[in-house]
Amino acid sequence: MATTESEQMAYIAAQAADARVNVEVETNEGMTLNLGPQHPATHGTLRIVAKLDGEKVVAAEPIMGYMHRGYEKLTEVRTYPQVTTLINRIDWLGSFANEVPFILAAEQLMEVEAPPRAQWIRTVLFELSRIANISLFLGDMAVQVGATTPVFYAFRDREFVLNQIERVTGGRFHPNFDRIGGIKDDLPKGWIEETGSVIGKMRDFCDEMEELVLGNEIFQARTRGIGVIPPNVALAYGLSGANLRGSGVDWDIRRDANVGLVYDEVDWKVWTHPDGDSFSRFWVRLQETREACNIIEQLLDGIPAGPIMAKVPLIIKVPAGEAYVATENPLGEMGFYVVSQGDLTPFRVKIRSASFSNISIAPWLLKGVFVPDIISILASLYFILGDIDR
Amino acid sequence: MAEIPDHLLKRAQAAREKAEAQQQAEPEDSASPEKNDEAEATEEEIVVTDEHAEAALTVLERELDGKLLNSHIAPMRGLWIRVAIEDWRFAAKVAKEDLDCKFFDWLSAIDWMPSPYGREHETEQDKLNEEPEDNDQKEMEWGYTGGETRFQLICRVYSISRKIGVMIKADLPDNDPRALSLIPIYPGANWHEREAREMFGLTFDEHPDLRNIYLPGDFEGHPLRKDYPLLSRRMKPWPGIVDMELLPGDDQ
Repeated sequence: MATTESEQMAYIAAQAADARVNVEVETNEGMTLNLGPQHPATHGTLRIVAKLDGEKVVAAEPIMGYMHRGYEKLTEVRTYPQVTTLINRIDWLGSFANEVPFILAAEQLMEVEAPPRAQWIRTVLFELSRIANISLFLGDMAVQVGATTPVFYAFRDREFVLNQIERVTGGRFHPNFDRIGGIKDDLPKGWIEETGSVIGKMRDFCDEMEELVLGNEIFQARTRGIGVIPPNVALAYGLSGANLRGSGVDWDIRRDANVGLVYDEVDWKVWTHPDGDSFSRFWVRLQETREACNIIEQLLDGIPAGPIMAKVPLIIKVPAGEAYVATENPLGEMGFYVVSQGDLTPFRVKIRSASFSNISIAPWLLKGVFVPDIISILASLYFILGDIDR
Repeated sequence: MAEIPDHLLKRAQAAREKAEAQQQAEPEDSASPEKNDEAEATEEEIVVTDEHAEAALTVLERELDGKLLNSHIAPMRGLWIRVAIEDWRFAAKVAKEDLDCKFFDWLSAIDWMPSPYGREHETEQDKLNEEPEDNDQKEMEWGYTGGETRFQLICRVYSISRKIGVMIKADLPDNDPRALSLIPIYPGANWHEREAREMFGLTFDEHPDLRNIYLPGDFEGHPLRKDYPLLSRRMKPWPGIVDMELLPGDDQ
């Protein structure tokens, strides 16, 4: 610790020098602030270059590609079952949810339908990955506005969910569990009861988050009325998921365009919030986590007995055709456009990832906000770098 | 590449033969008890129709007025239409205004040329599986709604009120693949068009900022074109049978 006055001055000077590293260009009209690529607020290597006028952002532009892995090219040389290994690395926090739309698209082309039990287990795992994903958002959003405690609770409680996923699939982050025509394994013994108790814990976690974060004055001051997206703009930019529902658009693929999953069998509600600000996006995600608990609880009660795999050939050749299947992933709409020419490998796969579209609104949204709000707005849009860069 | 021991090759061969035999045997086994049911099902021949898609197509046919080159409905799976590249922006405008497709889903392109490199499978295992593909002989095959040229633009927009998604396709001319940008209609098309440009080498007129979005600025080539080789496969062969470990007793 600096004790004397001169030491303190030197310390402050060093800090200022560090801060200046981030400032790239300084002009008479304003200055350019470079956030990232490695910045705590960007969950990975997203770089934001913002042109400032005082504390106000005149123009901001996300620069990505630091993690581009070229999955669309790689899928063209892999057989259909091999593709799931790649694509569950897109959104790594809810990776089982990534596999489902691709598998459903392949099943559509092959005209295969998974047996009911497989569909139910898929839906349960899908919602579990939603909880695992969004619980981290709930903690992380609080960190971005200055509260460090909730994120530790989030990491602690997410572990229960990951354990349940691991017990079925064998993988905490990359289950690679979904197969064309069904799922790889059946549920282990006692899993349903255990998951029931985990759901109870996650409900408590949601209540805890609501008490800790939602009513907090600082949190409200940092998020209420900040980063407002009107519904029309949200639609035109292709925002999806909680970002769209946070703008008051009542649209959920699970309810309105459900393919292959069993959401029709349960009683649940789509939450929307009319404000369209950072707070409403947080609020919608919190309610969605609770709703996911409801869905899972109802599904666990009624998982039908029966086989978990439909009859599919050992060597999977998908008939020629095109299919687009989208599902409501934790981050928003994730879709796979699969073009097949009757081969072992897909001819072309277009990955429609939620974060890419969600973050594409950033240049529009960040114009005119203050520097500290960049962070809270980006956090509330909630993106995963792997989902942007693919 | 490391040489593959004979016994591993034999084992792979045996496994494949077994699998093939099983595959051939399977349909026969399953067919016998269910034969009657299947016969009944085929007699009825349930024709699946998609009213949402039919209605949407009627609107598009009326509004596009002869500019619609082709269309395809896959029941309950979606609606594909193809327009000429001159009508690309107009088609999007019609979809937005007359079909209420306010939600911009995504935009991309497809390179329909068969890959000159096959599947880039060069390992011994793949040679066992099948004869090496000869893609030079292959001709271009287009998907739904057909096509005429190598590159095809594709865009999906969605109507929340009608609950129908429309895939709009347009052929790009071979010598000069360019199209009008969709940004005036859907601002969200901005980044998707930048991605399509760098990945396929297309040009979007009236786009304000066509820089690379993922690739470094000095990157050469357009990676998602089929004639762009997958370099990682060239550097390191696909691990297949080479990675197999000996099981106890295999060496005897």
